Amino acid sequence: MPANRDDTDAHEPAHMHIAVDSAVAHAPTGQIKVRARDVNVFYGEKQALFDVSLDVAERAVTALIGPSGCGKSTFLRCINRMNDTIPGARVDGRIEIDDENVNDKALDPVVLRARVGMVFQKPNPFPKTIFENVAYGPRIHGLTSSKSELEGVVEASLRRAGLWDEVHERLHQSGSSLSGGQQQRLVIARAIAVSPEVILMDEPCSALDPIATAKIEELIDELRRQYCIVIVTHSMAQAARVSQKTAFFHMGRLVEAGPTDEMFTNPRDSRTQDYITGRFG
Amino acid sequence: MTDAAISPTAARAATLRASVEARLKARHAQERRFKFYGQLAIVVALSFLALLMVRIVAQGYSTFVDYRITAQVFIDPARVSASDIGGANFDMLVANAILAKVGERDDDLGEASSKVMELISNDLGFQLMAKVRADPTLIGKTISVTGPMRADAALYYKGELKRALAEEDRKLDNRQLDWLDKLKSSGAIVTSFNTGFFTRSDSTEPEQAGVLGAVVGSTMMLIVTALLAVPIGVMAAVYLEEFAPKNRWTDMIEVNINNLAAVPSIVYGLLGLAVFINWLAAPRSSPLVGGLVLALMALPTVIIATRSALKAVPPSIREAALGVGASKTQTVFHHVLPLAMPGVMTGAILSMAHALGETAPLLMIGMVSFVPGVPEGFTQAATVLPVQVFIWENASERAFHERTAAAIMVLLAFMILMNLAAIILRRRFERRW
Ligand SMILES: Nc1ncnc2c1ncn2[C@@H]1O[C@H](COP(=O)(O)OP(=O)(O)OP(=O)(O)O)[C@@H](O)[C@H]1O
Ligand SMILES: [Mg+2]
Repeated sequence: MPANRDDTDAHEPAHMHIAVDSAVAHAPTGQIKVRARDVNVFYGEKQALFDVSLDVAERAVTALIGPSGCGKSTFLRCINRMNDTIPGARVDGRIEIDDENVNDKALDPVVLRARVGMVFQKPNPFPKTIFENVAYGPRIHGLTSSKSELEGVVEASLRRAGLWDEVHERLHQSGSSLSGGQQQRLVIARAIAVSPEVILMDEPCSALDPIATAKIEELIDELRRQYCIVIVTHSMAQAARVSQKTAFFHMGRLVEAGPTDEMFTNPRDSRTQDYITGRFG
Repeated sequence: MTDAAISPTAARAATLRASVEARLKARHAQERRFKFYGQLAIVVALSFLALLMVRIVAQGYSTFVDYRITAQVFIDPARVSASDIGGANFDMLVANAILAKVGERDDDLGEASSKVMELISNDLGFQLMAKVRADPTLIGKTISVTGPMRADAALYYKGELKRALAEEDRKLDNRQLDWLDKLKSSGAIVTSFNTGFFTRSDSTEPEQAGVLGAVVGSTMMLIVTALLAVPIGVMAAVYLEEFAPKNRWTDMIEVNINNLAAVPSIVYGLLGLAVFINWLAAPRSSPLVGGLVLALMALPTVIIATRSALKAVPPSIREAALGVGASKTQTVFHHVLPLAMPGVMTGAILSMAHALGETAPLLMIGMVSFVPGVPEGFTQAATVLPVQVFIWENASERAFHERTAAAIMVLLAFMILMNLAAIILRRRFERRW
């Protein structure tokens, strides 16, 4: 197996271009929200992403899959410039959201991150009340002008995250008193409270049990009607269930991207095939 | 079943279990040994502490017992004139009243009365004068005053000055001791809790010396120290930990801060002397200068404690805040610093407690002078608790030494209070969520 992989690596550039070009060609007819072109990321001397070009469609879920360490999180973090916060990290290339360059020096990451929400692998509510968790974003961005308006936003966000019925009686209890699955939905409510255009999710269900996972997946499917969602997942089944488009990363390169059902039934690249059939990863 | 019937895998399992059991015994023994060493270390540490406490309390508790004498003094119009109250010798009036109590009269040379004056505090004379000043009609009447015995007399009552000692080796002669015995049996002497120790400042007379001035001085100095060291230290730590780029310069700063924390405190005293007093001409031995010097000393500790508290805040909180679009400053001040607060508070209060007990640098800036009153401002000369301990311990009079131990007790109580405050604050901040 390893020998086989080395073999394919040698031909990587060629493979990749064919795969990506065709992926772009096969992109769903939905409008393109995020457009990444030739993105290279370096952590110090080490290069983590190589010439990644990917289109992410509006009002759809795009799943990023690939073996551990292949750069999925790194790519995700390029979209809201979270890599800026890592000392020594450098991002080259162009990422556009609605034709606006994300990496533009003039663009304040604070403004960008209000447009691009993020949900992390481990639920990370603030050690504040449930209400404060959701209200924090609208508050710092000055999105509401009155207390009642803020309460309305909090309620709407919690409702949309499917958490309202479970927490509306204890909004002023600590967010960390919730279960893991509830915390993750709280974090999603916190992200959507600022009405982002794109939501990034980095393995949002990996710390959750199957029932909580099912709830989150349901929620993602629901949110898709309004948002552009990019989700990193290690579960092929999850990618198949929630996403309309899938991108397969391998060793820092985007190998193949396309409609999820096509990718899973008829992958173009042998590495994609190996990965989704569980032969490596 | 016979042995032969045991299968080879079962035999392997048996030998495995035997070897595990053999090691298990050694492991348990090791665990017991380690536990014993740990307990031993705690017992040793606690017994040293207990020894220290017992010694200090044994030496100092007698300070809190006050021997007071009550005398009925006739304000003789022949000796006190309403036109010149200040010119009258009230001490003499008191001495005569006490001599009368022990059934004696003053001799022509006034030797007996001066011997009495060695036994009672001149506080009684002052009280008398104040009373007559306030109400001159008292002249010609008999009024009652109560005041402390002199320290040497109190030492006799406390049994620390023994009659068995040769007369010429002790401060009080046999005649004075006889009087003391008579006064005691006549019921003129009462013992009470020495509140004066807490309400008076340093004095040349041990029985009148108290810690109030030192407590106030220490408090003022700590206020200066806290107001400077805590905000500056916390801000420096926040900058270094959250905002500063990680490069050679910040590395160097970090190393130097750690070094500064290890610099002997007397060096800070020298620095304070050179910079604040000689160069900036700040008032010598004032709480302001003392506080400045101690702030310099406490700064590295506050910075180090704050940085480690900030480091302990999980990065996921920072990511969460940045992820919803908080700026770096908002992330730090809304989320990271509040979470680090218990650690910051504990570090700050412990470094303040440390500063409270510091003596050497204060001696360098001239805080060894005799200050009889309570400091009225931050630029006034003041004394502080550890320096008061130092001054009293170096006094020649024996009665000051018990006060040393008592002042140490006050200092320790002060520190325990601060540590308690640290614990309570910590609980309060942690319990919020
Ligand atoms: N902060 C960092 N500093 C240095 N190298 C990093 C950093 N973060 C990630 N890397 C490296 O970049 C590469 C890609 O990492 P990334 O986290 O994007 O992988 P991933 O696909 O998300 O993996 P996983 O599925 O395990 O989360 C890895 O080789 C990793 O070691
Ligand atoms: Mg990852």
